[in-house]
Amino acid sequence: MQLVLERRAERSTLIAIASPLLAIALTLVTMSILVAVMGKNPLAALWVYFIEPLTDSYALQELVVKASPLVMIAVGLSLCYLANVWNIGAEGQFIIGAVCGSWLAVITNGTGAGPWVLPAMLVLGAAGGALYALIPAFCKVRFGASEILTSLMLVYVADLLMDYLVRGPWRDPKGMNFPTTAEFDPVATMPTLVEGSRLHAGALIALIVVIGAAVLLGRTIKGFEIRVVGAAPKAARFAGFNANQLVLFTFAVSGALAGLAGIIEVAGPVGHLQPGISPGYGFTAIIVAFLGRLNPIGILVAGLFLALTFIGGEGAQISMKLPLDLTKVFQGILLFYVLACDSMILYRIRLIGSSRKAAHGPV
Amino acid sequence: MDVASLHGPSGDRPLLQAIGITKRYGNFLANDAVDLDLYPRTIHALLGENGAGKSTLVKIIYGLIEPTAGELRWMGQPMVLAGPSDARTRGIGMVFQHFSLFDNLTVAENVALGLDGSESFAAMSARLAQVSRDYGLPLDPKREVWRLSVGERQRIEIVRMLMQNPKLLILDEPTAVLTPQEADQLFVVLERLKEEGRAILYISHKLEEVKRLCDSATILRGGKKVATCDPRQETAASLARMMVGADIAAVKPKSARATTVPRLVVNHLSMKPDDPHGVALQDISFEVKGGEIFGLAGVAGNGQDELFAALSGERRTDNEGAVIIDGNGAGVMTITERRRLGAAFVPEERLGHGTAPRMRLSENALLTGHAASGMVKHGFIDKLATLATVDKTTQAFDVRKAKRDPEAVSLSGGNLQKFVVGREILREPGVLVVSQPTWGVDAGAAATIRQALLDLSGRGAAVLVVSQDLDELAEIADRVAVMYHGTLSAPLTAQDATREKLGLLMGGAKTGDGPALEEREAAHAAGA
Repeated sequence: MQLVLERRAERSTLIAIASPLLAIALTLVTMSILVAVMGKNPLAALWVYFIEPLTDSYALQELVVKASPLVMIAVGLSLCYLANVWNIGAEGQFIIGAVCGSWLAVITNGTGAGPWVLPAMLVLGAAGGALYALIPAFCKVRFGASEILTSLMLVYVADLLMDYLVRGPWRDPKGMNFPTTAEFDPVATMPTLVEGSRLHAGALIALIVVIGAAVLLGRTIKGFEIRVVGAAPKAARFAGFNANQLVLFTFAVSGALAGLAGIIEVAGPVGHLQPGISPGYGFTAIIVAFLGRLNPIGILVAGLFLALTFIGGEGAQISMKLPLDLTKVFQGILLFYVLACDSMILYRIRLIGSSRKAAHGPV
Repeated sequence: MDVASLHGPSGDRPLLQAIGITKRYGNFLANDAVDLDLYPRTIHALLGENGAGKSTLVKIIYGLIEPTAGELRWMGQPMVLAGPSDARTRGIGMVFQHFSLFDNLTVAENVALGLDGSESFAAMSARLAQVSRDYGLPLDPKREVWRLSVGERQRIEIVRMLMQNPKLLILDEPTAVLTPQEADQLFVVLERLKEEGRAILYISHKLEEVKRLCDSATILRGGKKVATCDPRQETAASLARMMVGADIAAVKPKSARATTVPRLVVNHLSMKPDDPHGVALQDISFEVKGGEIFGLAGVAGNGQDELFAALSGERRTDNEGAVIIDGNGAGVMTITERRRLGAAFVPEERLGHGTAPRMRLSENALLTGHAASGMVKHGFIDKLATLATVDKTTQAFDVRKAKRDPEAVSLSGGNLQKFVVGREILREPGVLVVSQPTWGVDAGAAATIRQALLDLSGRGAAVLVVSQDLDELAEIADRVAVMYHGTLSAPLTAQDATREKLGLLMGGAKTGDGPALEEREAAHAAGA
């Protein structure tokens, strides 16, 4: 007997809907086994990870705070992935956006500058992320360099650049030698939505991004162009769509959204630039994009779900002494299952007798 | 190599019997209780339209797929095939319509890959040379496949099959890629193989060819066997009627044959290929007048694809005047700009080039319609307009589909082709460039499409038809020119364009093949 992947005649709508749910279920089973092997109670772990954060209003607000950057980045990445363009470097674009926006906050710090500072920071953050993303895009279009490698490698360049800035030129003189900039002025921080909470205007921006992307993909010729270039490159050329321009476009948009998320994170919950501003948002957003089926609304839901794992992971570390890295393991396993389940949309598994080889030939 | 002695002196006993062969895919019966008897020393034709079940049946006989029901008997004994290698071991050989050859390997290396590897490469090469000489199928074992013509590539497949000394040979549409002269040579070889006592199963839909070559014929329609007959006792029309199940409406010539000014002009178009195995276009010039259908014949791979790309603007030339559409220099324009000048294009490949397979028909209407038909306003898609185009095309061209707006891939070849051609014709283009308009399309759809092309030119459009099907060109084209190694022959008028003349031009008469091949080799070396 052998297992064979057989192409379906038509894509299965049922599995297209069920696939993310199935992937989550499989991930939970795998996680339970892992936790049990580590000698803890799996059910208690699942409770701490996924239920407890939902029972507490502080954690619920935190969920939205964590989901906002994930959703913003993932929406940008989904545009790339729909067009068959593989931007893996959102983490770096996130950091560069944070750095570019912070520059203005640092030089205006304590000068009494007006309320124009925050909007200008957001623009700088988006522009910085976009320009940084255009480096791998340009290398792909001009030299044929794999954007997967170049965009990923630039993450570490961005990380080290930020490290240098906060330890060197931008370090807070009154910061006890901690590697961080001075706390941003009020004109350089995101307004909060609810008095006294960490819930800030970034959540609204993320919502606007989701709606904008849904309109772009569903209603505009540009969105159509993105989908055709990804689904049928030859047909896209026949339609008159320029694949190289689209590489630049999708990288620029996703870089801008990652950069915007970066500066919002720094100007919002964090309040100053320091290493470790991102718990891996740029990479987790890749999982969010796929779990959300590369669909803006789906990404909104998936972003909230993965934000839950960040918060639950912190809770599990505190209350059950489970390692924080378990969260990353969880996210990795989830991506693995999502991709595996997605292949069931176009293929089906069949058991066939070993006496016959897989038959193929021209039809 | 007389194999008749292996299975008795006479052809009385069938070599292969297929009894009640049924193949079911879900609710669809690809083969429905088909019987077939193949005798030694006989060429048996398998006739039918696309989708009639010919391919399914031969794949079952070649062990590629397993029948749902029914039995195969080989020399009287029941036979269950474990796969193609089992079929080959028993003495069944097959040449597919689409070759499975590696371009960058030599002839001998390609043949070696298809054999079991029990003999040394040197011995195998020697045997290859021997077999190809014996059967008058000259091949240089050391030559790389990409340097060979399509006809030569087919010879590799045939020789590879003959080296296994098969008792039954299956050939799937072997003449589709050949010039008439090459086809004649192939028939001589087939006659000889038959005289050696082998059975040949010959799949075709070219009726004249079948009448000329075959001793018996089985006709399939909708998965069922409708008749077994002696094709020499039938007329082409009676065979066609059995295949289609109805009379095919003859294409009506357009009413007004008057031509107007040149609407598509190509001036000294030369272009290097972007693919290392592609063909360089060399100094191509021609013009198509309004009201005229200009046919472009030639064996596949002689630069037709490259010319289509240069005309459509998928690849732009560096000279504005190289392509002129309705008086506008369009050589450096994009495909979208050319569409805005009133040009329309239909590529050879329906799925993947002409349409995005997994997208809906309305989205595929937008694919070519976004440039010039009001489907896009201020960057936003007018979904109703795209759906209206689908409905109009469906109605005007009788596109059969399961729902209003299905994915392109779910349509049958003929219906999708009617959609792809209809989508362009509904825009009333002034210039239409269409490649292989009826390739792999059933007879009814082919007639509809040819009629639509004639009617369009009758309304004053200039129509360029690239086709390998000489019968099609004879039916609709006013003038025909032939592509060979990236060059274009002088056009012949329809009356002058006999099969013989076209065949000679397709084989490269009058034009030397030296420079073209050198350029391909240079391009290949640069790309390697």
